[in-house]
Amino acid sequence: MVPFIIAESHEIMNADQDQIISQVTQTEYKYGFVTDVESDALPKGLNEDIVRQISEIKGEPDWMLEFRLKAYRYWTTMKLPEWAHLKLPVIDYQDIIYYSAPRSRQPLGSLDEVDPELIETFNKLGIPLDEQKQLAGVAVDAVMDSISVKTTFRDALAGQGIIFCSFSEAVREHPDLVKKYMGSVVPYRDNFFASLNSAVFSDGSFVFIPKGVRCPMELSTYFRINAANTGQFERTLIIAEEGAYVSYLEGCTAPKRDKNQLHAAIVEIIAHTDAEVKYSTVQNWYPGDREGKGGIYNFVTKRGICMGDRSKISWTQVETGSAITWKYPSCILRGDHSVGEFYSVAVTNNHQQADTGTKMIHLGKNTRSIIVSKGISAGLSNNSYRGLVRVSKNADHARNFSQCDSLLLGDRCGAHTFPYIEVDNQSAVVEHEATTSKIGEDQIFYCNQRGIDTETAVGLIVNGYAREVLNKLPMEFAVEAQKLLQITLEGSVG
Amino acid sequence: MLEIRNLKASIDGKEILKGINLTVNAGEVHAIMGPNGSGKSTLAAVLAGREVFEVTGGEVTYCGQDLLSMAPEIRAREGIFLGFQYPVEIPGVSMVNFMRTAVNEKRKYLGQPEMGAADFLKLMRDRKALVDLDTSLANRSVNEGFSGGEKKRNEIFQMAMLEPKLAILDETDSGLDIDALKTVANGVNRLKNKENAVIVITHYQRLLDYIVPDFVHVLFDGRIVRSGDKRLAFELEEKGYDWIREAN
Repeated sequence: MVPFIIAESHEIMNADQDQIISQVTQTEYKYGFVTDVESDALPKGLNEDIVRQISEIKGEPDWMLEFRLKAYRYWTTMKLPEWAHLKLPVIDYQDIIYYSAPRSRQPLGSLDEVDPELIETFNKLGIPLDEQKQLAGVAVDAVMDSISVKTTFRDALAGQGIIFCSFSEAVREHPDLVKKYMGSVVPYRDNFFASLNSAVFSDGSFVFIPKGVRCPMELSTYFRINAANTGQFERTLIIAEEGAYVSYLEGCTAPKRDKNQLHAAIVEIIAHTDAEVKYSTVQNWYPGDREGKGGIYNFVTKRGICMGDRSKISWTQVETGSAITWKYPSCILRGDHSVGEFYSVAVTNNHQQADTGTKMIHLGKNTRSIIVSKGISAGLSNNSYRGLVRVSKNADHARNFSQCDSLLLGDRCGAHTFPYIEVDNQSAVVEHEATTSKIGEDQIFYCNQRGIDTETAVGLIVNGYAREVLNKLPMEFAVEAQKLLQITLEGSVG
Repeated sequence: MLEIRNLKASIDGKEILKGINLTVNAGEVHAIMGPNGSGKSTLAAVLAGREVFEVTGGEVTYCGQDLLSMAPEIRAREGIFLGFQYPVEIPGVSMVNFMRTAVNEKRKYLGQPEMGAADFLKLMRDRKALVDLDTSLANRSVNEGFSGGEKKRNEIFQMAMLEPKLAILDETDSGLDIDALKTVANGVNRLKNKENAVIVITHYQRLLDYIVPDFVHVLFDGRIVRSGDKRLAFELEEKGYDWIREAN
């Protein structure tokens, strides 16, 4: 079926009387350091042999290897999708290292066994792995390059039957759960990058919340790319059984490197009857330098399914990093009365490109979804919202509300909105609102006149604009996200 | 405190201020009157540092410093306050957050410690009462959805919060009914002391019944053509601006 496009706005701000913008002096990316740890890596390139080696290094069972090989063979028949509003570079998939791991004595039983350099890395990132120093109420899984370094608080969580571990461990220790759910929401044939990930994924996080359990703390995975020329392909699987609740947060950074690096992840969420999963992302991969050199290519497939009645999945994302972002966290609303939410702030500056949004697929009766997307473009960047709301034949009384706002800073950036709406049920109510605005010279001057300099003024205004989304983040991270927004836009208004 | 000498400014190549001379001392209230288009608001904007206006000549000394070389936010932190004729709306930024940022930026500049939340809220309560500002307005976004009168009261409230040395009030009376006018004037009068000065820009004599000026200047075609005491305002009211037009 061809999507019925009801609205497409395309706006590039003209040079006008506004005096804002001009000189762009990007602040240095704060997380651009490289950690000097020894790592074990496979040679560059991708073929069946590499896939087999990854599986072997990880000591995987045959069924896992079979899954990878099927995905790999399928991937070789696929082409890079071209529908996104992105200038996609040619990626040489034979020039990438698909597996790299910080060398360590295995297995890691306690923190003492983790390489001190690694602990230092995560300390620098503000993610202490020492449980004593943890933010109260947050358990962390730290993933560097291809493997999970350390998962905190697992024993405390295990007491309630909660499983929070690396994906590799889950394959070893909970094979039935992995077999049952992996690929059930994002099949290995789903798209080019999902197939690639399914073939070569190295690690990631696994979360299982048993029936009726409310996870007592935020669960968090922190992803770090360290090694050069390495792709990061992680997989996250979250299962909330009947009546369970969990709030999960991921954060990510990478060193500054001249060459682009590929990140292609998969996140799958399954929410059973009356379960609720909140998934928050603060994405701060290295965006490249001011001239657009280097940076992470971020191609991610995130999808959740509300399997049971009255289940709920909520995506919140703050996207400030990456040279290219291609990402559409989606909800399949299968259970009756199930709810899907998507709250997004996407900021692009300099030469960054983002094509991001969501899909809300209404299958069950009385299903509801809400989409709030706030795009902020500065510099020479391009920022697109792309979203699909589909109401299927049986989804009686489905409701959707979408709000897509764009904020432009300067006269050389672009903001684009591509909402697709497909409705096959007469009782559906679908609303879409969109606005485009810019920070006016008069607003900046008003702030200046009260003693607030231009950088701070832009920060105030942008945070105000994004408040509705930032408020959805867990407290500790909302503050971080606010700072991040400001840092990302520093120097974008002169 | 303020010494303006032969100040000239233009916008898009069109000269608006054609040589302004004015001296303001601490403790004084000056009124600048004049017909539409005479350059009153331009003068206010140039003093505050709005970049769309190009200063083409003259000099301005403020508390012994070269005012024209300072960035607008530095002028503000040094104690210059502009009450806007048309206060702009800033959606999403609450008044509390806005004012707290402004107050603390100024304190930081002056080498003072940041004001704590409790002290700040107390100060807000205090100053809101001064201009009879509705408490709920502080929780709303800056000027968003404020009525004309509320916007003007909000300007004076901000002035009260920032305690400027030199306040320039640009047509603060426009769009106010008589009660609001009294409230606003009352706020200004209570903030007035021997250390600070006020420049009131107005089209009508009416405001000067409540804020009594020490000096009145008539601005016409980019120049101050008459200066006097408050009787000049009455004379203007009586004879109208045509009197000035004909005389020049």
